[in-house]
Amino acid sequence: MSERVIIDVQGLVRRFGELEAVRGVTFQVREGEIFGFLGPNGAGKTTTIKMLATLLRPTAGTALLNGYDIRTDPDGVRRSIGLVFQDPSLDERLTARENLEFHALLYGVEAGEREARLRRVLAMVELEDRQHHLVKTFSGGMKRRLEIARGLLHYPAVLFLDEPTIGLDPQTRSHIWSYIHQLRRQEGITIFLTTHYMEEAENCDRIAIIDHGQIVALDTPDGLKSLVGGDVITVRTTDQAWAREEIRRLYGREVVEEDDLLRFEVERGEEFIPRLAADFAGRLLSVGLRRPTLDDVFLKLTGRAIRQEEVSATDRMREHHRRRFHR
Amino acid sequence: MKTFLRTVYVIWLREVKRFYRERSRILGMIGQPLLYLLVMGNGLSATFRLPVPAPGFTYLEFMYPGIIGMSILFTAMFSSISIVWDREFGFLKEVLVAPVPRAAIAAGKALGGSTTAALQGAILLILAPLVGVKLGLWTVFQVLLIMVLLAFAVTSFGTFIAARMESVESFQMVMSFLIMPLFMLSGAFFPLRSAPAWMQGLMRLDPVLYGVDALRNVILADSPARSFAVQYALGYDLAVLAGVAVVMILLGMQAFARAE
Ligand SMILES: Nc1ncnc2c1ncn2[C@@H]1O[C@H](COP(=O)(O)OP(=O)(O)OP(=O)(O)O)[C@@H](O)[C@H]1O
Ligand SMILES: [Mg+2]
Repeated sequence: MSERVIIDVQGLVRRFGELEAVRGVTFQVREGEIFGFLGPNGAGKTTTIKMLATLLRPTAGTALLNGYDIRTDPDGVRRSIGLVFQDPSLDERLTARENLEFHALLYGVEAGEREARLRRVLAMVELEDRQHHLVKTFSGGMKRRLEIARGLLHYPAVLFLDEPTIGLDPQTRSHIWSYIHQLRRQEGITIFLTTHYMEEAENCDRIAIIDHGQIVALDTPDGLKSLVGGDVITVRTTDQAWAREEIRRLYGREVVEEDDLLRFEVERGEEFIPRLAADFAGRLLSVGLRRPTLDDVFLKLTGRAIRQEEVSATDRMREHHRRRFHR
Repeated sequence: MKTFLRTVYVIWLREVKRFYRERSRILGMIGQPLLYLLVMGNGLSATFRLPVPAPGFTYLEFMYPGIIGMSILFTAMFSSISIVWDREFGFLKEVLVAPVPRAAIAAGKALGGSTTAALQGAILLILAPLVGVKLGLWTVFQVLLIMVLLAFAVTSFGTFIAARMESVESFQMVMSFLIMPLFMLSGAFFPLRSAPAWMQGLMRLDPVLYGVDALRNVILADSPARSFAVQYALGYDLAVLAGVAVVMILLGMQAFARAE
């Protein structure tokens, strides 16, 4: 990774009428970095990407991308980027290969190189044997893979991936991730992605946690996790309300009630558990110990969890959207 | 400039590819005008006496260029619906984020639509013997050029409208609203000079009128009823059409350039 700043965002704001979707974000992304935006639904991730990709005009603030100002030099910006949208954006009535050919022509990929690149990206998403089929006969995951292949076809300096692996099975997801890493190694491409999958965010070099249009933290995954003090303990007892008070009184810890579990943070969790078992003898139903995840970080910073239901709600919406238009 | 032309070509190519893949559309392309010609042509000619001082000239012959103009109008207008579809399916984003001039996208769309519309018109030339019109090779060539010009003017207009439409439904509403007057006032069914004065004024504002008139100029060149059926000189018709086409494509390109 070089030290060169390739995306330099300064006080970006976007309002939709009354709603302030992005409320002044400032950050830098270095060349060759995998940079992630992590946040719940409606946090302003897509809106930020659209502004950086020149598809939406900022209400205030600006950004330099690869040296081009997104407000005054959209052409320079567009030449520098590839974009995989959150919502479907394929031509369903063309074949997979035709979609890629269209893209290659549109981006002026040299005729001599076109075929080799097409083969390469098709192989990467394992769609070679389906390349001559109409996209409307594809499954949701196959379409997603094709979109990712398309975004890589012209070797952009910066690749934006808006929820790249939503709705994909774990194998495909890890496959795509290994390709993203390989791409960064070989081509030095900078990758900017949004996600609300915690495990996925772990793949990033740095993560910005975004909530209600603002960046609440920005660091490496490990740096962020160190914001959570030590390990996470979850307990279930015969009387949760009582136990909650007891934990506060005995250990001086903030307790969060989540579903039917109490959760709090301690240092050196392994050594803490025997003490807990002694203090709560007879009333303890279960104890859990784990290292902090980005989920815990988010919870700590915002007081809310990025809930699994939210994730699946977006998945469902996406599916619904697909079905509505894919007759 | 190279990027501009390349973009126009790619967009055009996609429109044409999608078009020949849709068999039902091609069937409708032949069926619909045939229906008009047979049902309306025959029906109307029984009731509609043309005050023509040329024996043997039928109403069908008069209407034939009008039918061609009409089907070009319909196909061309609705071809720009593909822009709205693209927006709804999300494909338009893929095009708008590409490092290509937006104006070229509009031009490519308009050319794609005019190609398919002109193709539809061309198929109608096969019906010429059916209505008793003889077409030489040179005439066919001229007719094709006029069809492309008319189709381009109309499609550019459609592109201009579609650039600001958010849904297919509203686009269809607006289009049906616009198409009817354009069609009725085009002189396809009755000559301009036989219309009441107030209507003549409106008809002169309809660009399709000049397309139909240009077609009659060429198709009925040797007909004894030419002086009755044709209104303006061919050069005048073409000049008006070309002027409209240029204005429309500029409007369409501008509307696209501004889209967010
Ligand atoms: N075109 C628009 N018009 C009005 N409001 C909009 C528009 N686009 C986005 N918003 C609003 O802006 C806010 C941020 O939306 P955005 O799509 O950026 O969220 P996101 O972080 O991408 O969420 P998700 O994880 O659901 O994709 C939301 O409240 C959304 O309703
Ligand atoms: Mg989003």
